[in-house]
Amino acid sequence: MNTAMAAAATAGESIGSATMLVSNYVFPNDLHVHWSMMIVLYPYITGLVDGAFIIAALYYLFNVKSLEPVARFSLLFALAFLCCATLPLLLHLTRPERNLNMLLTPSPSSAMAGFGYIYAVSMGVLVFIVLFVYRPVLVALRSTSRGWLQMVYRIITFDSMDLSRKSLQLDAKIIRFLVGIGIPIAVVLHGYVGFIFGGVKANPTWSTPLMPVIFLFSACVSGIAAIILAYILVRKLRGRSINHSAITTMTRTLTLFFILAFCFEMLEVFSHTYLKSGYHHMVEGLLNGPLASSFWLWQVKICSVIPLILLGVMGLFRLRQGIYNLLAAVVSAILLLQVLIMRWNVVIGGQLMSKSARGYTEFHPQWWDKEGIVAVIVVMAIPFCILWGLGKIFPFWAGQGK
Amino acid sequence: MKTDQEKRDFLKKVLNGTIAGSLYLVMPMAALTMGTGDTPQDPKGPDISKLPEQVPGIRGKAYNILEQEFAFVVDITRCIGCGACCVADQQEYNVPEGNYRTWVERYVKGFSDQVYVDAPNGGLDGYQTPRSDIDEWIRDTFFVPKLCNMCKEAPCVQVCPVGATFTTPDGFVLVDHDRCVGCAYCIQACPYSVRYIHPETKTVDKCTWCYHRVRKGLLPACVEVCPTGARKFGSLKDKNSEVYKILKGPGVLTVLKPEMGTWPALYYKGARREVV
Repeated sequence: MNTAMAAAATAGESIGSATMLVSNYVFPNDLHVHWSMMIVLYPYITGLVDGAFIIAALYYLFNVKSLEPVARFSLLFALAFLCCATLPLLLHLTRPERNLNMLLTPSPSSAMAGFGYIYAVSMGVLVFIVLFVYRPVLVALRSTSRGWLQMVYRIITFDSMDLSRKSLQLDAKIIRFLVGIGIPIAVVLHGYVGFIFGGVKANPTWSTPLMPVIFLFSACVSGIAAIILAYILVRKLRGRSINHSAITTMTRTLTLFFILAFCFEMLEVFSHTYLKSGYHHMVEGLLNGPLASSFWLWQVKICSVIPLILLGVMGLFRLRQGIYNLLAAVVSAILLLQVLIMRWNVVIGGQLMSKSARGYTEFHPQWWDKEGIVAVIVVMAIPFCILWGLGKIFPFWAGQGK
Repeated sequence: MKTDQEKRDFLKKVLNGTIAGSLYLVMPMAALTMGTGDTPQDPKGPDISKLPEQVPGIRGKAYNILEQEFAFVVDITRCIGCGACCVADQQEYNVPEGNYRTWVERYVKGFSDQVYVDAPNGGLDGYQTPRSDIDEWIRDTFFVPKLCNMCKEAPCVQVCPVGATFTTPDGFVLVDHDRCVGCAYCIQACPYSVRYIHPETKTVDKCTWCYHRVRKGLLPACVEVCPTGARKFGSLKDKNSEVYKILKGPGVLTVLKPEMGTWPALYYKGARREVV
């Protein structure tokens, strides 16, 4: 309790005008932060899925031709991360052996109970999109492969070798349909994650209808940034050329979504400050106290203002391709960090504020806890391993442009 | 000055005596009703059904769960911060250290209108010494017991993804420990922070208003031991019950955080506007 009190005292001092904070009192059961780093990772991972899917949708549904080199890669990237979306939740549950209760129990009043259904539909749609998009490649690989790999290709091509014009046209229609319904599903998946927080009326920092919107736009930012960075790194590591047109289109899309995300993030802060409703003194104290560094310095100044300036330079000035690609990679890396810090500030920051409305608690990440730093690194590494494995079956670039 | 000191000493003795007395109220209860454990019919442990009925109208007939309604009233003007309620709760449930099913807060209001609140160890040790860290003249001080609000529109019930937290037809919000997955969504949703993850069961735990006792016609443990009658519990179907008379009477009652729209069945009498 002493450490919490000390933190609260610091926060209290920083906003001396807020008289309710004087006692720095934290409800006894509020000292522990129950949703820790795994719940930071959960919206981060689903956000990466959504953003990557947006890139694929721009090509397959809206026919943005310049994104063709990254469209298939984006789908596989989204699939790899979607495979791991449940992992942080599983690690977070104190009774993980009962996780199926969570996925299967119909509980219409609970937003969280919808997860199993939304996740299953997302996964089903994404898997079918990947299979149909890759079908011509898979059919070709089936005829050249041997052994168990040939059996795998036989199964995932539904044992069909038909690559006739009529068949491929049907494939294209199916892909457009699946991507078409995939967009609202992706929006629901991540909007729902935002609503998990936005629907908690007991927490003044979470309880805002803006929360799903903020989560959605920041999801697009992180996913697009991840594709830009991953595409540049993978191509560089393999000594292959980088399609500048694809990078330019993705960067412009990233700029649009980041402007929207940042505006809504700031709008939420402005709303609290301007409306001065109920617990605004606590939210203000939180942002200027315990979160002063992680919110104002890291999320806003370093990871938002700097990328905005860089994106402005990239959009307004004619740069050499090498410089442009380098800046795109740097901006993407910073924005990936921005979204992660934003998730941290929302999830963990929101819980630092006691419901006593009189004080703040503290959170110290552990290294070896099941929700600790090492676990976070492992959870974030697994999707890349899956992506590598998927690349063995679904080649990222083979048959590109045909 | 000497007279003042004598008064203080006298009050301290009375207070300590009250706490000790409260503890005695708890201790013999279990001892008097303890089984021998010799046979399955006589299990080792307290048999609370042998105690005299405290909530009239429960025993001696089938419990019609659909026709029951209970209320809890905390009279702040009576609470002396002795902590007996917290001790009783601790004894009844073996509450793990650092977690609280119920606690008592101490409010101190200075002449500058600043409000100082604390609850060291949840008030379990009783407030036997005044705060020494307040550097101004004190205008008012009072104690506020906290426990589950048994909301009629319970956010914890709404958000539970597996239906482990539920409201009984007679109005109690309970947790099914065999279903709880420990996602802690209910902990986030509770505006009153009365929930925690039990370190042994790894499931969510909270105050139940001693539902197991109420169903046997007994008062919640904290109500039974309260030496000043600050905690009151009873049936609203019983027109002779104290809570019925308070709730239907002309006195002013409040609930905590009414803006949350949770409609608690826990009412406060004499709560100042500073109480959150």
